[in-house]
Amino acid sequence: MSTSNGNGMASAKGLIGKSVKRVEDKRFTTGHGNYTDDIVLPHQTYAAFVRSQYAHAKILSVDISAAKAMPGVVAIYTGADVAAINGVPSGWQVNFKNGNAMKEPKHPLLVADKARHAGDAIAIVIAESKEEAVDAAQAVNVEYEELPCVVDAYKAAQAGAPLVHDDVPNNMCYDWALGNPIEEVNDAMSKAAHVTTLEFVNQRLVPNAIEPRCYNSSYDPINDKYTLYTSSQNPHVIRLLMCAFVLGLPEHKVRVVSPDVGGGFGSKIFHYTEEALLTWCTKQIGRPVKWTAERTESFLLDAHGRDHVTKAEMGFDNDGKIVALRVKTYANLGAYLSTFGSCVPTYLHGTLLQGLYTTPKINVDVTAVFTNTTAVDAYRGAGRPEATYLLERLMDLAAHEMNMGPAELRFKNFIPPFDGVNQPGYQTQVALQYDSGNYHGVLEKGLEMLGYQDFRNKQKEAAKNGKLLGVGFSTYIEACGIAPSAVVGSLGARAGLFEFGQIRVQPTGKVTVYTGSHSHGQGHETTFAQVVADKLGISMDDVDIIHGDTDSIGFGMGTYGSRSLAVGGTAIVKSIEKIIEKGKKIAAHLLEASADDMDFADGKFTVKGTDKSIPFANVALTAYVPHHYPKDLEPGLDFSSFYDPANFTYPFGCHIAVVEVDKETGEVKLKRFIAVDDVGNIVNPMIVEGQIHGGVAQGVGQALFEGAEYDENGQLTNASYMDYCMPRADDFPMYETASQVTPCPHNPLGVKGAGEAGTIGSTPAVVNAVIDALWSAGHEVKDIRMPLTSERVWRAMQN
Amino acid sequence: MSTKITVTVNGVKHTDKVEPRLLLVHYLRDELKLTGTHVGCDTSSCGACTILVDGKATKSCTMLAVQADKSKIMTIEGMATNGELHPLQEGFNQCHGLQCGFCTPGMIMTAADLLKNNKKPSEEEIRVALEGNFCRCTGYQNIVKSVQYAADKMSSKKKIKKEATL
Repeated sequence: MSTSNGNGMASAKGLIGKSVKRVEDKRFTTGHGNYTDDIVLPHQTYAAFVRSQYAHAKILSVDISAAKAMPGVVAIYTGADVAAINGVPSGWQVNFKNGNAMKEPKHPLLVADKARHAGDAIAIVIAESKEEAVDAAQAVNVEYEELPCVVDAYKAAQAGAPLVHDDVPNNMCYDWALGNPIEEVNDAMSKAAHVTTLEFVNQRLVPNAIEPRCYNSSYDPINDKYTLYTSSQNPHVIRLLMCAFVLGLPEHKVRVVSPDVGGGFGSKIFHYTEEALLTWCTKQIGRPVKWTAERTESFLLDAHGRDHVTKAEMGFDNDGKIVALRVKTYANLGAYLSTFGSCVPTYLHGTLLQGLYTTPKINVDVTAVFTNTTAVDAYRGAGRPEATYLLERLMDLAAHEMNMGPAELRFKNFIPPFDGVNQPGYQTQVALQYDSGNYHGVLEKGLEMLGYQDFRNKQKEAAKNGKLLGVGFSTYIEACGIAPSAVVGSLGARAGLFEFGQIRVQPTGKVTVYTGSHSHGQGHETTFAQVVADKLGISMDDVDIIHGDTDSIGFGMGTYGSRSLAVGGTAIVKSIEKIIEKGKKIAAHLLEASADDMDFADGKFTVKGTDKSIPFANVALTAYVPHHYPKDLEPGLDFSSFYDPANFTYPFGCHIAVVEVDKETGEVKLKRFIAVDDVGNIVNPMIVEGQIHGGVAQGVGQALFEGAEYDENGQLTNASYMDYCMPRADDFPMYETASQVTPCPHNPLGVKGAGEAGTIGSTPAVVNAVIDALWSAGHEVKDIRMPLTSERVWRAMQN
Repeated sequence: MSTKITVTVNGVKHTDKVEPRLLLVHYLRDELKLTGTHVGCDTSSCGACTILVDGKATKSCTMLAVQADKSKIMTIEGMATNGELHPLQEGFNQCHGLQCGFCTPGMIMTAADLLKNNKKPSEEEIRVALEGNFCRCTGYQNIVKSVQYAADKMSSKKKIKKEATL
């Protein structure tokens, strides 16, 4: 371990489970990170775009003559120039209820006929400098015929709504249902003693990674080879989609590199038009082309998240047991299908509506529509926050309506504990089988940390002094470690979702790890090195993690869906197992024993029951200098593995928010936030806690601050940091976190994933808390639309 | 048209001809190749481009390069001295105050200004001081702790120095 990090770890044993300080930090804290925009290539050119100012408009003409004559301009291309090129593809096919395939209108690299959302790209201008490119883009003259537009999902689905794509009737991408037959659910609902109904909007969010998207593409004509630097979470996926589906390039002639990436949160999973367009352009002009999004472009073009309009009904029997759940959701997909946009409201949302509860009858019905807005796709949590928000808002509301405690109602309905080993996994009504869980445990722990009764006393006390305190609960589950290929394939995914991991032991016993996972803040260079050093009994200093380059890493499906450690980490573990197995054969030969008699522990191969042993490094050297070597064994010590998980993983937890609401202004102050998360086994508690912290901030952001606001003309009115309310340092108290460990039964590390938990669990807890505060003052409020601005909360109190 | 400017950046004097519209952040990144200072927005909101101009935390996308003429600038690349990390750089590592690292240079420079003027800031004072710097990864929790770590380290260092001279 590097002493500069102060870890002072002499022994590799027991590295798994330690809060090892991050080895990647030094380059970031000293200004030596290497983000895509930091890369300037010889003969670099710069791109800027001409973008539609209208949300929906016919393009009558594009005049580039004046722009072409501007200083520094190298080339300008319009929609007509790229009309023969395919659009960017969708990665997941969802079928209509009648079995027909969803509608997949083309998402062209540049639009030629009409613009379908504000910011749609009409032309690309390439110049010697960024400033010259921007100047010239402003000189391109576009003649538009403005068309009526639609921005709301529900309205878009109604007869007579403007059509975003002329060949998509009713703007409907698909309708879809999951769960028990609707008749059964209707029947159960009609017999319920109590039905809690909630109609709400899960508002549209802008992911806002602080590093804007950036691409730099170059072409080497001598070797006929392209290199694309991209701020992506999954460079191999980008290469596959761009080569095979858009540009028709041979993959082995395209290198895609994702260097340091400044946050993703889902928004950098997708294959964006600019990546393919720049790669096409670089060959046309014979020079590298770079584009860095301005922040307003990030707002207008990075795929957004959420945007559901939902009606949910939950039926209960006399005892408070849930008997049925019925859900109707309109999901806004934006103007085009983004890479995974189609699966978010369906297979990442509908499948989670069992929650932690034994609900026997569930039906979810989703209508997904196109609108004249930015495309919507996976944003941290992706579908699962929407499912959790739905269930957990219903639970606190139902408890209030039935005059029960919110914890009491949950305890009554929780699925009993099961470890997935001695007790089987839990089969839900909505397709998934949970791996292992102890849901009572996290709520009990959360209640203990909160001091529930004490809080209720304080709440009454505060009310006497004119202050409104509220507490809100959320007990969530998520499906992570995405995903078993066969399962997602049967559900419409057009890709496998395995992961690749390679261990290359160098002749001196040092180890280079090649992973298809990509770190854009997750700390893989530390966590993965901990796993490798621990398993091989070597120092972390002797392990290097390589990620983000298609030329050096065999393959990769990338990082999203809290999958890096559960899937990518397991691929690495499988390769370690192969290394040890081969090492045993080499060691046995050197020690004149049988391979079956060899043990490997603490970095040494030992003949069982003897003190005859040989260090790992000696075995490594022998593998590369095979003078005394088993006869039938290949030299070298280098293994790769592809790991395809047997199931999703199912982290869960309990989040509790305590808020204070200003009676006079409606201002909400988050006073406490308690997070008890069970993400399975933990390799690095410090990093896991950091993931929870960040996730919670984003979830609180949705509840209190954030939301994309479109006006009736389809303009995103808050497309800048002056207008979109980002959570800031002084918006938060210190969180109170704890963890419970229920290992994942189906991967060797027993890990489940922690990247999205905070975002999934936190939002309903905060909203429930604000509503609880209002209830404490006698305001019978069912819902307040997020974000809970002072105005909205104040208005809710006036009724 | 270009204008001659002379600036001292991290102790090194530079004289360059720059376009009047060139932002200071682009001068640092593109001309001096100091890419540790980042650009996260175009409205001076996110703070990723924060540097010290004559000791004061400044968003370098708010300032033209020509306005920096004759000033002393410190960027993240200048924070470590003789290979020894600044207590803030150490604190961000020790307290896990960064994830993707993109906002980190700006956070550290803003915090450096705070600690110069307030040796022992409260949690509240740290949060308020950092409210012009966005971080999307950490929820700010460990950033606050990192600044507290640095404040403690800097004050105990001084104490040790003082004790040594007594």
